[in-house]
Amino acid sequence: MSQNKSKEVLFGLYDDETDLMDAIRVANKEHLEIDEVFTPFPVHGLDHLLHFEESRLHIAGFVYGAMGTLTAFLFMSWVFTRDWPIIFGGKPYWSVPAFIPITFELTVLFCAIGMVVSYYTVNGLAPGITIPTLHDRITDDKFCIAFNTNGASTQDIGNMKDFLSKTGASLIDSKVV
Amino acid sequence: MSAVVSPIREPLITGSKTYHDITEDICGPTERAPGLLWTIAMALSVAGLAVFAFSVFWTVYFGIGTWNLNRTIGWGWDITNFVWWIGIGHAGTLISAILLLFRQKWRTGVNRAAEAMTIFAVICAGQFPLIHMGRIWLAFFIFPYPNTRGPLWVNFNSPLLWDVFAISTYFTVSILFWYTGLVPDFATMRDRSTGMRRKIYNFLSFGWTGSAKHWQRFESLSLILAGLATPLVLSVHTIVSFDFATSVIPGWHTTIFPPYFVAGAIFSGFAMVLTLMLIARKVLHLEDYITVEHIESMNKVILLTGSIVGTAYLTELFISWYSGYIYEQFAFFNRALGPYWWSYFGMMACNVLSPQIFWFKKYRRSIFVTFFMSIFINIGMWFERFVIIATTLARDYLPSSWSYYVPTWVEIGIFVGSIGLFFVLFLLFTRVAPVVAIAEVKSILKTSGDQYKGKNAMPHHHAHDDHGHH
Repeated sequence: MSQNKSKEVLFGLYDDETDLMDAIRVANKEHLEIDEVFTPFPVHGLDHLLHFEESRLHIAGFVYGAMGTLTAFLFMSWVFTRDWPIIFGGKPYWSVPAFIPITFELTVLFCAIGMVVSYYTVNGLAPGITIPTLHDRITDDKFCIAFNTNGASTQDIGNMKDFLSKTGASLIDSKVV
Repeated sequence: MSAVVSPIREPLITGSKTYHDITEDICGPTERAPGLLWTIAMALSVAGLAVFAFSVFWTVYFGIGTWNLNRTIGWGWDITNFVWWIGIGHAGTLISAILLLFRQKWRTGVNRAAEAMTIFAVICAGQFPLIHMGRIWLAFFIFPYPNTRGPLWVNFNSPLLWDVFAISTYFTVSILFWYTGLVPDFATMRDRSTGMRRKIYNFLSFGWTGSAKHWQRFESLSLILAGLATPLVLSVHTIVSFDFATSVIPGWHTTIFPPYFVAGAIFSGFAMVLTLMLIARKVLHLEDYITVEHIESMNKVILLTGSIVGTAYLTELFISWYSGYIYEQFAFFNRALGPYWWSYFGMMACNVLSPQIFWFKKYRRSIFVTFFMSIFINIGMWFERFVIIATTLARDYLPSSWSYYVPTWVEIGIFVGSIGLFFVLFLLFTRVAPVVAIAEVKSILKTSGDQYKGKNAMPHHHAHDDHGHH
């Protein structure tokens, strides 16, 4: 797949998540700008080290859920009070307790579908998308720190390489993606 | 790491695995040609599926008259099987969602297969309400869509319609939850493969890279989906129980049904998870990931839920007597000592008495005992639904309409065939997807691997334990 713009990347692979986290602490101290970190599984505490903001997915989830609640409840209310009122078993037209189960189910359904779609959209992931990976072992057992070296001076690149080797990267390589 | 693990917990991953070993062990079986056992199992399952297809064809072609239902007994094996399968489906979500909220690490070894089981069980369950409608080509009438009949809407006050919403929501959310977890593991499989296989797994993995930001969102999404799935799974079987509880039939019209059905569902679901996992760990050589510790944990859940179910049976009996209402009293007398007494005793023996063996640690940790118990419980839980449905209907208010019911070969064929359908799906799953959640198991390796924890732990590994915190 073609990319919008190619990016030169210098990366180092670490064998263990503790080495990776120690390395990121060093990078933070030396004010090196890490472009991305890749890991084979979610490493706890990484988001704090990389100064990620908290994900706002749960806020989106609340909004989707509220939409589901309203859709279900208002729709059933409209059907049974305005569009085609029917008496079932002598109960009032607007029999709210009987609407609770479907309202609940649609809340969950809207929230789940909405959040999953948002999650893949913000991540830029979808069926058929190919994002070039830096190394095949990153989804297996290697932990990767990547620097963007577009327009970086030779001295900067040297600094990055020094950093990677002194923090214990087992493989240092560069790639255009 | 993220949570403190009690020193008395036993390791959940044995064999001193490295991260790479985990990848090899779990991806390996999908990369090799299937073994003889798999082929035999698949052949049997396909035969079962053929029986299913033929029996369903027979029903649809000749009509519901090919079943032995009558004016008195309007629900027989069809709804029994529906409730049985949907109950089995509950364990997957319990393991993946509720145990995630409770931070139970042992769930990581079994959640992938349990969720797959959930999805396949719900597929099997969904067949029965559709088939029992008779005119299956009109099944879309159950959905509220603008129509030319007024528009005349479905009855939103009916538990049967709630069921439509509950089960379709449950199915959708289970698939989303399952697939979200599969995406990173498909990426692992993609990066190990070449050629056509790489293209297919690239498509399935949505272009996953393992970026730290993506993992952060992944964790956030998993937690909220778990939070949603937890009340959802409880609501589904609650609503299934409403199908009975909101009717005015002695024996069905009871407020105890929702918790009793939910506990029974978890009970039968764990039994089916155990049946499947005991076979899968042997055939796919996953003994290091699905350990005796996992099996014991599941047996504890079985003991608890089995005892809840047993308490519910006894409570029902007591309340029917205590109510002083003769129809209710007769309904329960009839259950235990009426024409279907054998199914009541089968239910009691399999569901209440036999799981008590799990009070003994020796039996909780015995693979042989566990396997037989898991089969017993599946049989017992099928009997439970049959007792509730057929026994209750067989004796109603008017003795003149009392009846007896035995299934025809068509009904038996649909049930036995649905087991074939289930196993075809499960066996295919073991060939194309990692049966254990690779990324999740890796994330507990440092806290629960046997080289870090337990009596074989190597001391120098502890040095790193607290680093990951801030």
